[in-house]
This record gives sequence, C-alpha cells and structure tokens, in this order.
Amino acid sequence: MIELILRRFGGALMILFGVAAITFVLLYALPADPAVQLAGRSATAQTVANIRHELGLDQPLIVQFVHYLGNLVQGDLGRSYTQKTEVMTLILARLPATLILMVSGILVEVAIGLTLGTIAALNRGGAVDRLVMTVSFIGVSAPQFVVALLLLYVFAATLQWFPMAGFGGFSHVVLPALTLGVLGAGWYARMVRSAMIDVLNQDYIRTARAKGVAERTVILRHAVPNALLPIVAMIGIDIGQFMGGVVVVEAVYGWPGIGQLAWQAIQQVDIPIIMGVTLISSLAIVTGNLIADLVAPLIDPRIRAR
Amino acid sequence: MTHWLHRTAIAGLMALTPLAALADETPVKGATIVVTYKDDIATLDPAIGYDWQNWSMIKSLFSRLMEYTPGTADLVPSLAESFEISPDGLTYTFKLRKGVKFSNGREVVASDVKYSIERAVNPKTQGPGAGFFGAISGFDDMSGGKAEGLSGIETPDDQTVIFKLSRPDATFLHVLAINFASVVPKEVVEAEGQDFGKKPVGSGAFVLKDWVIGQKLVFEKNPNFYVADTPKIDGFTVEVGQEPLVALLRLQQGEVDIAGDGIPPAKFLEIKNGPDAADIIVDGEQLQTGYVALNTRVKPLDDVKVRQALNMAVNKERITRIVNGRATPANQPLPPLMPGYDKDYKGYAYDIEKAKALLAEAGYPDGFTTALYASSTDPNPRIAQALQQDFAAIGVKAEIKALANANVIAAGGTEGEAPMIWSGGMAWIADFPDPSNFYGPILGCAGAVQGGWNWSWYCNKDLDARAIAADSMSDPAKKDERAKLWGSVFTDLMADAPWIPVFNERRVVAKSKRMGGPGNIYIDPTRVINYDAIYVKQ
Repeated sequence: MIELILRRFGGALMILFGVAAITFVLLYALPADPAVQLAGRSATAQTVANIRHELGLDQPLIVQFVHYLGNLVQGDLGRSYTQKTEVMTLILARLPATLILMVSGILVEVAIGLTLGTIAALNRGGAVDRLVMTVSFIGVSAPQFVVALLLLYVFAATLQWFPMAGFGGFSHVVLPALTLGVLGAGWYARMVRSAMIDVLNQDYIRTARAKGVAERTVILRHAVPNALLPIVAMIGIDIGQFMGGVVVVEAVYGWPGIGQLAWQAIQQVDIPIIMGVTLISSLAIVTGNLIADLVAPLIDPRIRAR
Repeated sequence: MTHWLHRTAIAGLMALTPLAALADETPVKGATIVVTYKDDIATLDPAIGYDWQNWSMIKSLFSRLMEYTPGTADLVPSLAESFEISPDGLTYTFKLRKGVKFSNGREVVASDVKYSIERAVNPKTQGPGAGFFGAISGFDDMSGGKAEGLSGIETPDDQTVIFKLSRPDATFLHVLAINFASVVPKEVVEAEGQDFGKKPVGSGAFVLKDWVIGQKLVFEKNPNFYVADTPKIDGFTVEVGQEPLVALLRLQQGEVDIAGDGIPPAKFLEIKNGPDAADIIVDGEQLQTGYVALNTRVKPLDDVKVRQALNMAVNKERITRIVNGRATPANQPLPPLMPGYDKDYKGYAYDIEKAKALLAEAGYPDGFTTALYASSTDPNPRIAQALQQDFAAIGVKAEIKALANANVIAAGGTEGEAPMIWSGGMAWIADFPDPSNFYGPILGCAGAVQGGWNWSWYCNKDLDARAIAADSMSDPAKKDERAKLWGSVFTDLMADAPWIPVFNERRVVAKSKRMGGPGNIYIDPTRVINYDAIYVKQ
C-alpha cells in the first residue's frame, strides 16, 4: 500500500511538472502581450517597456520558467499581473466556495444517480427503466446554463424559495448544487444501471435469492456494494473537474469559486493566475484519482488481495 | 497670471435634467445601497487601476488637486484651494486646502502630492498612466530609470506645490484630475507594498471598510470629507461575480440598486417597453466612438480612394439597430460631447454607387479580398457581420476574425497584420474630456508603433504639428480657439479616411426606483457612476 502511494505520488509530481511546462509554453506562445494589455490604451512605448521589464517578461522563456519553478517549490505562485495580489491568496479566498459546491454537487449527483440507476436496473426493459433512461439522457445532454437559469427563474425569482445569487448560508448552495447534481446524475444513473445489471446476473446473487434472502437485503447488502466501484472512480474524476471550477454555474449564481477567477484571468491574460488555477486543478484531478484508487480496496476486497 | 475661474470649462456639455423635476426630491439620510458587477474588482490602487469598474470607485476613495463638477466636464479645484498658471504656460502653482486628512488621520501635505505623482511615473509601480505626466520636467529621466524623482515638482512648503513643465500642455489640469494623480499616503503605501490596491487609504468621499475577495467590497462614507454635503449616501456595497441577467432580476425585486453592467441585449426591449422603464433605465452619452480602423500600410487599403469607398459602403443606421438603437451614427472621430466636435461636418454619406465608382478608379472594379478583425464578445461579431455584408455590396470580401480582445489588440499593434479592425468592445473612451486624448495614441504618429493603439498606422506629420500647436495653447482664455483648431485636425484627417467612424455608443445603467438624481451622475462623463453624488430619494 505504501509503495502504491509513493509510486502514485511520484507520478503526480511528474504530471504536475508536465502540466506546468506545457501551460507555461502555451501561455507565452500567445500572440497577446500581457504588458500591452496591462498598460492599457494610453500608455507610451516606454511605459509598456517598463512594465514588461518589471514583470520579467523581457527575459528568455527558459529563464522565466526556471524562475517560476524555483518560486513554485517554495509554494509561491507569484502575483497577479492585474490585481498585484498573491495568486495563492486569490485561490485560497475562493477555495471554501469551490469545496462546498464540489461536495454538495457530488452528494446530489450520487444520491439521485444511485437511486435512479438502481431502480432502472431492477426494472430492466420495463417502462420505468425507459423513463429513467430518457430522463438521464436529458440530464446528460442539457446545457448547464439553460438548467441553471431555469432553476433560478422558477425557484429563486418566481417562488422566491432561495436567494438568487451569492455565497452565504445553506440556502445559497441549494440551487447551484442541484444544477450540478441533476446534470451529473444522468451519468451516474447510466453507470449504476449497467453495473447493477452486471452484478444482478452474477451467481452469488442467484445463490442469495435461492437461499431465501429477502430481496431488499439482496439489493442493498449484496448488489449495491459490488456495483459501487465504477462510481467511486467517477467521483474521483468529478472532484478534479469541480475543483478546476464550474464556470457556467458559478457565473449564473454569482458563486465565488475558482472558475470565475480562471475565466477572468484568461480574458485579461493574467498568466500567474492562469498558471496557478491550472496547477491547482491538475493537483485536484491527480489527488481525486489517487483517493479513488485508495478507496477502491476498502470497498472491494478482491483488489486488496491483488 | 490667469486665475482658475477661467475654467477649462466645457460647461453645459451634458444637458442637465431640468432641475425643476428634481426639486421635490430630498435625499434620504443614512441610506446604503447595493451595486453589482460581473467581474471582480481588479485593484483600487489609483496608480494602477484602469478599467471602467474600478475607475469610479478609485475616484471616490481618493482626492486629487483638480476635480469635475458632478455630471459635467467642468474642471474645479478640489484638494487645491486655488492655482495660478504662468503666462508661458510652463509653471503651475497650487495652494492646498488646509486640514484635509487621509482616512488614517494624517493631514495631507504638499509632499504627498509630489510622492503620489512620482509613484505613478515610477517604472517599479507598473502603472499604465505614467505617460499622462509626460509634460512635467524630468519625466524622461524618471521614466527611463535615470532619476528617482521628478525634478519638475517642487514643494516649497506644506501647502504649496509647483509644477514646472518642459513644454506647454493645455490638458495639464485634466491630467491632475485623472485617477493616476490621486494623492496617497507614503507611509501606508510603503507598509502595504503591492497589497495597497486591496487595502487603499485615501482622502476621498468614501473609505473601504471590507473586501471579501470574489464576493463583495464595502465602502463607508468618510465623515471628514472636505466637500460639503458629500457624499449623500452612508455607504455602498459592491457585489461582484453577478451575472447581468441575474443582477437585473434582483434589481427588479429591490435587492440591488445599481446593476453596473447595464441591461443585457436580450432583456433590453422587454425592460425598455416595461412600465418602470423611465425609473429604471439611465441612458446617457459618453465620450466614445466605435470605428473601423483601416490599415494605411496594408494593400490595397494604402490607397486613399479604397478607404474612402469603404467609408461610403457602411450603412451605419442599420448597425445602430443591432445594438438596439443604443448608439448614434458617427461621421467623425470625435464624439458629439467632446469640445471641437464639428456639427456642420457631413462626412462620407452612405452611397454604394459612388463607392463602387471610387473602387473602380482605384483599380479594383471587382473588389478585393481582405480581413476584418473584431472582438469575439457580443454584439461585436454581429456588427462585424453587418460590416461584412456592407463591404460585400461593393465587391469587397472581408473574412471575419473574431478573437479575444487581447489578440485583436496584439494584431492591431503589429505592423502589416490586421487590414481592418472593428473597435467595438475595445473602443476608445476618453480618459478625460479633451480632444487631444482622442488623437495622440490612436491617430497620431506616436501611436503608429509596435504595440501601439493607432491600428490604422496613420501618420500625418502636418496634423501632428497642428496637434502640438493646439496643445501648447494652455491659456484658458483661448479654449474656444483651441477647440476649433482641434476640430479641424479631426475633420481634415477624415480626408485621408484612416477610420470609418461608425457610431457613438451610449451607456446604459439600470438603477432601482428609489435611486434619485439626474441621469448624468449615473453616467458621468468623467467617472461613469458618481458615488459622491448619487442618493436615495424619500
């Protein structure tokens, strides 16, 4: 186990280095010059040159990259070009909102997806199955902004059950989490359904039924845990994805997550922020997958044995 | 000597809403309001902040030697009590108001003014506004890193600041009123370093109380502000990250007082035709011109006849309809509110036949193929398409390149790169209400350089000389003569047709019904929202 963790940790470092290098080169290959962008319309050539020099943009790419890496290993992500604030401060300020939305979104996804998927599998081929699959198909294909605006319009603007935008108590997270959850649940439902169908055809389920175990127990004790494995892997992926920010949902609900930060930074060619967010979300994807790998043996003893 | 009473006045530019209509309005005491923006506020450091969201907040946090009467472009002394200009226009002497304090309690003195302007010029500050102070003696040395300060600013005592200029600059009083000239306390700037923009300390109408990154900024009234009865509200909270559509819904429900991003195009007609339109919508002219830059160094646009033909091909009325009529067709670079705007100038009328004839004369009877760059944010791609259709009508096939603003700006500033650029989304809005600001960077030779903003790469030495002559007329008594001279520069350059002036866009702000006061303090020509002047009515 420790060897696994170490191996994965080493791999994660390699991945992060790769991400840093590729993003760095891509950003600096952009035709947009951050110094010109920062200097704005009225700046003289001297002002632009001064800004470029102060930001170190007049140095060779490799020197800039080594310098960046040197700061990075000390936990310093640099300062934003436009805001002058430390990138770490900006990301940390948005971390709570991102984490809350991630956890609540995944909870909703899993709860809805697991329930619908199980129901569909148990009624395989029947009307209920077809209904669930159609609903999940809509969930998978509906655009986020349409669902987000729809929920907002109905539950916040018209019924006024929830606040329309912002970050605060529990009531603020309901609609954003539902938007993410409802859409994501489609994937989970489909995945759970096929995993469940697979499991329900196994010999041990037939054995359990044959020896007269109650159907409820068969499903909850024997079938569901065995169908969970792919779900855990998927949650791992979702953790990474949500950590990178869910731009559309954050925009509609005014949710102060990392996605907003990234989107604004991209528009302003604020390279330190773009680099910081990319690294943080890659770190999250790597960590999410690592957690999924570590949790898998706890759920499935067969992996532990291997 | 010329006394300040001879204002640089461009008085009465903005037609004030008839005062009678507002006479029965009394501001509510102690009110606080909520303002929303989609984008996070970048910085409140006056030497750095340069976007239209933070511009008005910085105005209200700091004070400057000169200021504008709310809603107008009339210059008045502010932190200065009085000033004098020497007859040669090279020496400006300011007497500071006594007893003005920073919000940390320390009195504002002359050396603070010197420090603040030197800080804006200092390359280490990375400020975009350094170039505005180019006329002050010693600027080149400091900007080039050869000197630590500006030799042209002297402070003989705590109450006196003397500026020595290396050349007459008729816009100098405006320069002292822009945000980059805001006065900051040295000890706080040095203690906070680069974080000053998040923890600003000034001597303006408001004080920043709290800033929750990515969520909100809370501003509170400065009880010691030196202007009587200002501000009229006790505070305002800026909520950021708010989608304009959602902000508008919240505004209609009374949760928000000013939706800073205006009304999204999709909602505009519904709101405009709604029952509350008159109370909610503030629609005002601003110092802006949307134009197509025609690159005078790219074939075949290097031929003046081709550029004139393109000018005649554009149906500007139709393009204003694309922005729901929130613009007025333009025929010259200067917007109508700007001194020097020539009411009698007719420009190039929409005339396809004449345009075709000119193209044939230039040797392109069958037109040609070229490219039109535009910002990829709505409605600019749609406007680019309308332009494309107009050009097609005279046989010119323009490929649209809709890109992120930064990429369009980069292409525009690279010689020989972009044949045509639609300026929308990046269009020129004046930094201060003076025509010279509409020339140098975007139409003068100085802007026709790598990374510059003169996307037409137009350089006319004769006009440059006239521009310099106009800017040397710093005697306020000559303001009319100067405005006329400037106006002729712009109409004369249209003979060379480096631009297609398309429209002057108006700004739209949405406000709640309880907000009072005339429209021009919500769309103030020099600061957008004038937080010092707006109020909640009884």
